[in-house]
Amino acid sequence: MITPAIRIGLSVAVATGLYGVSFGALGVAAGLDLLQVLALSALMFTGGSQFAYIGVLAGGGGGASAFGAATLLGVRNAVYGMQVNRMLQPRGWRRPLAAQLCIDESAATMVAQADPDEQRRGFWSAGLGIYLLWNLCTLGGALLGDALGDPRRWGLDGAAVAAFLGLLWPRLSAREPVAIAVACALATVIAVPLVPPGVPILVAAVVAAAWGWWGRGALR
Amino acid sequence: MSAWGWILLASAAAFATKAAGFLVPPRWLDAPRARRAAAALTVGLLASLTAVNTFAHGQALAVDARLAALLAAAVALTLRAPFLLVVLLGALAAALVRLF
Repeated sequence: MITPAIRIGLSVAVATGLYGVSFGALGVAAGLDLLQVLALSALMFTGGSQFAYIGVLAGGGGGASAFGAATLLGVRNAVYGMQVNRMLQPRGWRRPLAAQLCIDESAATMVAQADPDEQRRGFWSAGLGIYLLWNLCTLGGALLGDALGDPRRWGLDGAAVAAFLGLLWPRLSAREPVAIAVACALATVIAVPLVPPGVPILVAAVVAAAWGWWGRGALR
Repeated sequence: MSAWGWILLASAAAFATKAAGFLVPPRWLDAPRARRAAAALTVGLLASLTAVNTFAHGQALAVDARLAALLAAAVALTLRAPFLLVVLLGALAAALVRLF
């Protein structure tokens, strides 16, 4: 049965997965061979870190600096891992699989759901859907090169913006969450020029957690 | 180290980072204060992801077609459009602004 969370998860998966085309094309252009590009999508599987990795190589950097940039950019996934573990409490073989699928989009789809079953469906449909499409599209992009052009031409970056706002929107039903959202968006924008990519989200996470921890009253 | 060596090491580090979050015992997060912090974190992360995807261009800030996507999505959400339509309108708005 297709529940609202699954529908959201699959929409997010399509919007995100298609970006794999551009990763595949850029990976080959950065000097990696086909198998290496595919390995990054299958094993690293966190888009921002992957783009950082090949970005450093394309800029003439070595493996060590590519490693550093990608790893720093992935630190926020630990925050998602914490939330996924708390909300879904996966057991057995699902634990490492859930960990591998902990990225921006799957975590965002999960936390945007109110019902625990929908949180679970949202996480897995977004996570598995993106994993499948991301890897297929990486292969397509690596083989086709940049024949398809920049994915921004098709408005895919706009789709990502709309998807994250769509996930945030239902949460903005009271004054305090609106204030938290504004504060965190501002903190993010201020942090972008000051710290490496990926870290602004961590700054916002600290602001939000501190607000919640030291605030009073119910917070929905 | 070889290109493959760094790729495998960076992939292992990525997985270890994700898995590290699973080592925080969920019961630590059950106290009332921690619950409040987690609820605030949810809103904060979604707001931050929205802001980064709208305004960040690497380490620079940019106002471009993505702002049109944000506004189109906000209007669609105000009119209670379904999620998929919101995403499509966001893509369409960004693509149209780039076209002209």
